[in-house]
Amino acid sequence: MEYIAREELEKLQFLRLKETLRRVYKSSPFYKRLFKENGLKPLNFKSLKDLPQIPFTTREDLRKNFPYGFLTLPLNRIVRLHTSTGTTGKPKAIFFSKKDIENSAGLIARSMKMTGAKDKDVFQNMMSYGLFTGGLIFHYGAEKLGLLVIPAGAGNTERQIELMMDFKTTIVHITPSYALYLADILEEKGINPRKNLNLRMAYLGAEPYSETTRQKIEQIFNIKAFNSYGLSEMNGPGVAFECQFKEGMHLWEDNFILEIIEPSTGKVLPDGEEGEIVLTSINREAMPILRYRTGDIAFVYPDKCQCERTHRQISRIKSRVDDMFIIRGVNVFPSEVERILMSLSEVGRNYQIILEREKSLDVMRGKVEIKKELFDGSLEHLRELEEKIKAKLKSELMLTPKVELVEPATLPRTTGKAKRVIDKRKI
Amino acid sequence: MEEVQQISVFAENKPGKIEVITKILTKEKINIRAITIASSNKYGVIKLLVDNPEKAYRALKEDGLSVALNPTLALEMEDEPGGLHTIAQIVKKYQINIEDACGFVIKSKEKAVLVIQVKDIEKVKNILLSEKIHFLNKKELYNL
Repeated sequence: MEYIAREELEKLQFLRLKETLRRVYKSSPFYKRLFKENGLKPLNFKSLKDLPQIPFTTREDLRKNFPYGFLTLPLNRIVRLHTSTGTTGKPKAIFFSKKDIENSAGLIARSMKMTGAKDKDVFQNMMSYGLFTGGLIFHYGAEKLGLLVIPAGAGNTERQIELMMDFKTTIVHITPSYALYLADILEEKGINPRKNLNLRMAYLGAEPYSETTRQKIEQIFNIKAFNSYGLSEMNGPGVAFECQFKEGMHLWEDNFILEIIEPSTGKVLPDGEEGEIVLTSINREAMPILRYRTGDIAFVYPDKCQCERTHRQISRIKSRVDDMFIIRGVNVFPSEVERILMSLSEVGRNYQIILEREKSLDVMRGKVEIKKELFDGSLEHLRELEEKIKAKLKSELMLTPKVELVEPATLPRTTGKAKRVIDKRKI
Repeated sequence: MEEVQQISVFAENKPGKIEVITKILTKEKINIRAITIASSNKYGVIKLLVDNPEKAYRALKEDGLSVALNPTLALEMEDEPGGLHTIAQIVKKYQINIEDACGFVIKSKEKAVLVIQVKDIEKVKNILLSEKIHFLNKKELYNL
């Protein structure tokens, strides 16, 4: 499948698109409505070129149709729920059928195999398990390929190191910031990451990072580090993955139709031009999504990869269309932080989010204005409020922020869109 | 016997924060009797005893500061060894929890005062009265 002739691949894409269109037109409440409103019928699609007739699906659509609006299968056929963290209001609910799980795992297995993973490898998955797709979906994929999987999950560095030493871990799935942190701790413990570990590869993902960071990680651990791309709306990880040449990520076009658009006009752009990634899932049962605006900015490599695989490559994700930020693998929307803060009566109108890198770990610091009327002169009450804000953010965002209370009306404010997020991380 | 008012101002730990407060008080011709600062990492609370708390409160509030007026008790002590001990014994005996306090000398070798903030001010007042502790009233404290 990886080397399938381009022509054949496009034939397959069209076949699967037709099937997907029929499926959503028949069973997905959202698409049924969308097709009717736009006078679209699956039969009218004659080739892949007709795809742009379908309006884009946005994050907002997923939210508005929460939780079951996109389902094309009855609930008894659904076996898994994942959610995407950090969205405004309700999270995005993503459902999987048995076949969907198998397919997603298949793509991960394919991706891992492409990088040279073998069944004798010991794979330690340091991504958070649970609602986040990065943990479980990757786990299934690694098992499918026959690796020995250690479901370590995120955090608990002491235990991670112990597992790596005891079971001679050869491959890790890790966020770049955690990889750097891990290196610091290893060195503190007098463990040489180049010599005392059996590590040979790392799959980096879940947060934006630079080529320099990759090289740094490769150098520190003496390993090969591969960039991966995915999003829960499109099965989670394994949407695109780097091959042995590590130049761009092959996007698995037998499962997704890839478009790059100009974010402001929605115009489809040719390969090589930078724009927003738009994906259509064409091999998904429970919840196919058509022309989904990912919000990720990248470009498609116009030339074929040296590896001869025919699936086109996308560049490293340059930025986000919206102001969402990713911190330690958690997607955070400023609008969500705002919602949480504003739900607390003690909090004033303004706040600021500062993203910093402390000892190569990303930290979110919230500066929060207190409400003047609620100040009662007690330092203890201020400390309690600080703790309350921290706990509230932690429980909803699933990450531990630092919170600083500031005087009312002291944070900078602008008449237009306030600059609420200051990203001081250098990637 | 009455409670005296103490002013609290919320302030970030930044150079120049006290100057903002003193500037306003100077302009309003308010005299400071005592000042304490309690801070918690990035911010803190500045507490002031002044000769005209209501006026100071209004002026600071008008300037946009987060300010609160809290009732406190001003306990008179002898300015001699053991002066505070007398009060501390009573506090221990009745298990009174002091939330905040500041003490200073009024007249050297004669009189000192301990200004305390407590949760149940009425109850504490009655206890102290029964123990024959003398309180400075508003007039006495404000006109020191």
